[in-house]
Amino acid sequence: MQLARVTGTLVATVKADGLEGVKFLIVQPLDRRRQPEGEPVVAADAVHMAGPGELVYIVAAREAAQALPNTFVPVDHAIVGIVDAVEELR
Amino acid sequence: MKIGRVVGTVVSTINSPVFDGRRLLVCDLLDAAGEPDGSYLICVDTVGSGAGEAVLIVDEGNSARQVLGMATAPVRAVVVGIVDQLDVDGEPVLREG
Repeated sequence: MQLARVTGTLVATVKADGLEGVKFLIVQPLDRRRQPEGEPVVAADAVHMAGPGELVYIVAAREAAQALPNTFVPVDHAIVGIVDAVEELR
Repeated sequence: MKIGRVVGTVVSTINSPVFDGRRLLVCDLLDAAGEPDGSYLICVDTVGSGAGEAVLIVDEGNSARQVLGMATAPVRAVVVGIVDQLDVDGEPVLREG
């Protein structure tokens, strides 16, 4: 899992079966110092509460679909949590 | 599997139910010389590892679900061990504890 910042929203009326009601957001993956790393991706919002500007953590690959009510869907990134804080350990 | 070092925790209230009551660790990934390679993973802790410890990480969904004992879970990265020592090419790389 990785940190990401929600930067946008995406609406698609026509989509694959099983994706009805799934909210899509644009997220920018971050390094652990919260600097942008790599290209933005479209992620399904599995917590239903994430919005633009928020710091979240995402899961990639096949496991992303497992966060959704219907787990057999073509989704490769999902938001699985909203970050309250990242605490450095010393 | 990968080797990492625990450098932080993620605090999250709103999340997938799978993460309720579980500790999320920020782990720097280490190269074969035991140095951070610049990448990191947020991992679910299953062994009670703590700050600064070198850990063994599995980053694959099936294994993660097996360790967590869940048939479905949106989890890939799980800390499954605490590294005591690591040797590469006969040379000591990590000596923990």
